[in-house]
Amino acid sequence: MTDQDKLLQDLEASYRQMETEALSALAGVQDEEALHTWQVAHIGRNSPVMNSFKRMADLPKELRPLIGQRANQVKEALESAYEARREQLKQQALQRSLEQERLDVTLPGRRPPAGRLHPITQTLRQILSIFATMGFQVYLSRDVETDDFNFTYLNIPPHHPARDIWDTFHLEIPNTVLRTHTSPGQIRAMREFAPEPVRVALPGMVYRYEQISTRSSFQFYQIELLAVGKNITFGDLKGTLNDFVYRLFEKEGGPQEIRTRFRPDYFPFTEPSAEMDVECFICGGKGCSVCKQSGWVEILGCGMVHPVVLRNGGYDPKKFTGFAAGLGVDRLCMLQHGIDDIRNFWRNDVRFLEQF
Amino acid sequence: MKLPVSWLKDFVEIDLNDLFDLARMLTMAGLEVEEIQLAGLSVPETTRREFKVHGLAWDRDKIFVAQINEVMPHPNAERLVLCRVFDGAQEHIVLTGAPSLLAYKNQGPLPKPFKVAYALQGARIYDGHAPGWSLVTLKPARIRGVDSSSMVCSEKELGISEEHEDIIYFDDDAPVGTPLVDYIGDAVFEVKINPNMIRNACVLGIAREIAAITGKPLRAPRSSLEGVIGKAEGAAYAGIQILNPELNPRFVLGLVRGVQPQPSPYWVQRRLRLAGMRPINSVVDATNYAMLEIGEPLHAFDYDILVQRAGGKPPTIITRTAAPGEKLTTLDGVEHTLDDFTVLVCDTAGALSIAGVMGGLESEVSENTRNVLLEGASWNFINIRKTTASQHMNTEASYRFSRGIHPELAMTGVKQCLDYIAQWSGGNIEPELVDAYPLPYKDAVVRITAGEVNRRLGLNLTTTRIATLLDRLDFEVEVEGEFITAKSPAYRTDISEGVIGQADLLEEIARLYGYDNIPASRLADALPVQRRRPLYEGQERMRDCLAALGLMEVISLRLTSPENERRLLPRRNQSLSEEGQENLDADWISVRNPIAQERSVLRRSLLASVMEALEVNSRKSGARASNERLAFFEIGSVYLRRQESADQGQLPLNEDDLLPIEQPKVAIVLQGKREKTGWKTAQAETLDFYDLKGIIEELLDMHALKGSFEPAAHPSFHPGKCARLWIEGGDGSPVDAGIFGELHPQVKENYDLAVEPVLAAELDLQPFLKSNISLRSIESVPVYPPVLEDIAVIVDEAIPAVQVESVIRKAGGKTLAKVSLFDVYRGAQIGEGKKSLAYNLVFQVQDHTLTDDEAEKVRWKIIRLLEQELKASLRGA
Repeated sequence: MTDQDKLLQDLEASYRQMETEALSALAGVQDEEALHTWQVAHIGRNSPVMNSFKRMADLPKELRPLIGQRANQVKEALESAYEARREQLKQQALQRSLEQERLDVTLPGRRPPAGRLHPITQTLRQILSIFATMGFQVYLSRDVETDDFNFTYLNIPPHHPARDIWDTFHLEIPNTVLRTHTSPGQIRAMREFAPEPVRVALPGMVYRYEQISTRSSFQFYQIELLAVGKNITFGDLKGTLNDFVYRLFEKEGGPQEIRTRFRPDYFPFTEPSAEMDVECFICGGKGCSVCKQSGWVEILGCGMVHPVVLRNGGYDPKKFTGFAAGLGVDRLCMLQHGIDDIRNFWRNDVRFLEQF
Repeated sequence: MKLPVSWLKDFVEIDLNDLFDLARMLTMAGLEVEEIQLAGLSVPETTRREFKVHGLAWDRDKIFVAQINEVMPHPNAERLVLCRVFDGAQEHIVLTGAPSLLAYKNQGPLPKPFKVAYALQGARIYDGHAPGWSLVTLKPARIRGVDSSSMVCSEKELGISEEHEDIIYFDDDAPVGTPLVDYIGDAVFEVKINPNMIRNACVLGIAREIAAITGKPLRAPRSSLEGVIGKAEGAAYAGIQILNPELNPRFVLGLVRGVQPQPSPYWVQRRLRLAGMRPINSVVDATNYAMLEIGEPLHAFDYDILVQRAGGKPPTIITRTAAPGEKLTTLDGVEHTLDDFTVLVCDTAGALSIAGVMGGLESEVSENTRNVLLEGASWNFINIRKTTASQHMNTEASYRFSRGIHPELAMTGVKQCLDYIAQWSGGNIEPELVDAYPLPYKDAVVRITAGEVNRRLGLNLTTTRIATLLDRLDFEVEVEGEFITAKSPAYRTDISEGVIGQADLLEEIARLYGYDNIPASRLADALPVQRRRPLYEGQERMRDCLAALGLMEVISLRLTSPENERRLLPRRNQSLSEEGQENLDADWISVRNPIAQERSVLRRSLLASVMEALEVNSRKSGARASNERLAFFEIGSVYLRRQESADQGQLPLNEDDLLPIEQPKVAIVLQGKREKTGWKTAQAETLDFYDLKGIIEELLDMHALKGSFEPAAHPSFHPGKCARLWIEGGDGSPVDAGIFGELHPQVKENYDLAVEPVLAAELDLQPFLKSNISLRSIESVPVYPPVLEDIAVIVDEAIPAVQVESVIRKAGGKTLAKVSLFDVYRGAQIGEGKKSLAYNLVFQVQDHTLTDDEAEKVRWKIIRLLEQELKASLRGA
């Protein structure tokens, strides 16, 4: 063995030792700080491997490439081990911190102040949108009416027994009343549209002289429906209102037929007149408190527009026919949501309103 | 109307085994059965109830007609007796306390046994002694040493009426041993009679409807006086003088001599009680019974009193309107001062009764009456309505007469009732009747074609079919080619002629054909032209915007009181008329007949409504302690007198100058924390003026409208925290859109609220309707990067921020894309009476990348102009 061989052998052993020691030390490194110390000690400027480069000049010329290659090999091996360890420690640290940051996901969320529309507004919009698809445009009319619009033009002359149907608020201004129904809007709409056909839905607040109780209020919301044309039949009235009811109370899977019935009733401004009942969807017709044990729920009054009303609206009753209906929005909203006290609507308690 | 259904059987064949069937038939014919009260009969067991049912069905094998053969004393009780009761099969000893039996103790077997209602052990009956209606099952009991397991019943125990003074005594022909339900089992239908169906407010009327529907023959009541024609000129016993035939088209009189008023037969009393009337005596009962049966209110006079008033001569009945100030005491003992339109039935000595409403006290029938003069008349229904309204009298008679009773009924009613008086009270009917009929009723004649009927109902009926339907309803029908001519039957007044009469006939045809049999169809008629509804669209958009901004919609009662709305003024101002109080101290439009003082006027302030909602929610427990965020809005009208609102926005519907202005408003209130209450919001800041202003600014943006704000003064608001909103109108000039700010502390004191400030706004909706949001044009997003700069300028405290910003914008020109305030500072560093406003400036142009130099130039231009115009200085410069 030549001296060179011996030297080579020694150097090889020292590099191997350098590498082994460094790697075993690295395995024991557990944190960022120790890693830094290791880096300085094993791949830093004064580390054995780096120092070995500095001593390269002392070696025989012919050995230099070989040893240099070997030194590089060790340096790269340690550097990549260092990178791997660093990455590993980073992962471990992240893992630790993620584990520490665990939240109680069952704590309540922080809610933005969300607004709400009043339940009556919501039901009103639902009803109006169903009728809109059937071609009924919205028409607004006034709250304070003349006696003529509220009664006389609607075929309810002064002292007519039909006036008993409505308990009326009279205003101090002579011959003015708070509208007892949305029907005066029929006359106003007809006078605007005549002689063209009419198809309007007329929402509005109406007023009746009644003490406030769970079932009645002196103020409530109504929607009036009016269709006037040359070919409108009682059958159309039934079909339109049936379609409406199917959609309003539709369940998953879209509209379905619900049992309805039209029974004769009396309103001075329609003839024939009818009351529309819907089979009680709470009990399915067996009888419950909602349907007052009758199996049927009264939802609206309707009928063919009376000739006197058509004439007062500017239409010739010999040529034109039409139908009208009046729906209680509060009542429908109560049925939709199982609300048992009508006073909730105007009391404006947040605990009620925020449920919608 | 209370209808005992067994009564119907007098006139038409019906099946009482299925009461639901009968009730359904009536309901679907427009005679809604609202309730069924059982008085013996039962309803079928079905899963569908269909009707509200109460009352008692009698056990067929436990409740019978029986007879008391002998009344014996109770060994240990003075006020009780033991009866030998025969139920048709066997005899029982029955204990009872009926007071009327005490007199028969110890008299041995009764010569004429009493017919009674008898319930065996196990029968379900009502407890006669308990208040209300509580069911019991008869069980064996020992009363004062005597066993008792069955009972002789009162009406209350059987659910016929509330009568429990005594037991029932049936008429002598009652069949002993028959189950009671077969003898007098009944049910009472509560039938809703619509105003156009007054002809059916009687048993005969409803029987007619049933006959028409079922096709069964009608057995109309037949009087012994059938064929007798009354004499217009009067009879030997009385004459009639009608002064105004328009008000009194017909007046009929009849006379029964030698009557003996007494209790009516039991079956009459039972029917009257079931129908809701109190039996009085056989004469009065006959008038009520005939009215319930035929529909004509009748009145019985004590004839001898009239003769006496006429000085011993036959009386002359005179009908006339009341003299000024005339008074009359009616039989209820009340003295009425009459109106000049009130029609009176009089004799030569003066007024006897208020026509069609109530009889007078003096000529009333009593136990001592021996001769009865019976009145049946026809009255103008409008006049009767005016009288009942003015005199506040509602009677069975006025209920009917005020809805229009056919004059023909005056005659049939009198004839029928005379029979009943004679049958139940004894006496002889004078064969002559008096009948003054100066204004004969003209029954309507209507002409219609099958084409008309089918076009309106959506049916395909033949002329013959229509004629048959009308014939079944007693119309006199003639068919000539395509024309059907129908004459209204002489008992109804609800049919008109011409085009209205056609509608009347259509209803009758549809009703009898069955509404349910008319096929449903979809509208096939032409659609109308589309029209915009700016108010509706605008109010709905506003609702959506405010809800999106985190506010909760409320809807309030629109009737309020002046006191309530005056709470929006500081207390010191409430009674004064200071300038600036605007609408708040002016006059409200009041309701003539308020339901309560606090609901006596139409609201003039929407803010007052929303304040009430705030108060309601502030009062609720916990809200105040947690300083809960409360944020409400309402959209709705306020009501102003026309003259005072001449210069304000007008609604499109003001056709009638009489009517008040209905001005649509938007009101907002905010109070409490800026954030919703949660588990980390304890430190959250309290809402202030700028939160409300921010909402209003967002509203303007959402409507694509330009607004401006200026300090304002209003008694409801904090003088330093109140602003007016101006919205740029269509022509570019600003429109006053309302006022907002922090509520004046003294106004807040008028409400029961938390201590935090209340932010409030009342805005006009009208200026927001000008929004053209769906067609607005937008600016493109810039492509070239901006240069960002901050400046802080120190100005005098008095200079409003809006002025500083406008100078910055003016100097910045097109290059300045955006200015936003990010800080306001006051403090020693900048000196007293000064404030520092810090802005982010964004310089940007659309066509190239701006250089720093370019930006710097503009920045200096801004600073120089601020110095020149506002004496501002650059902070930190």
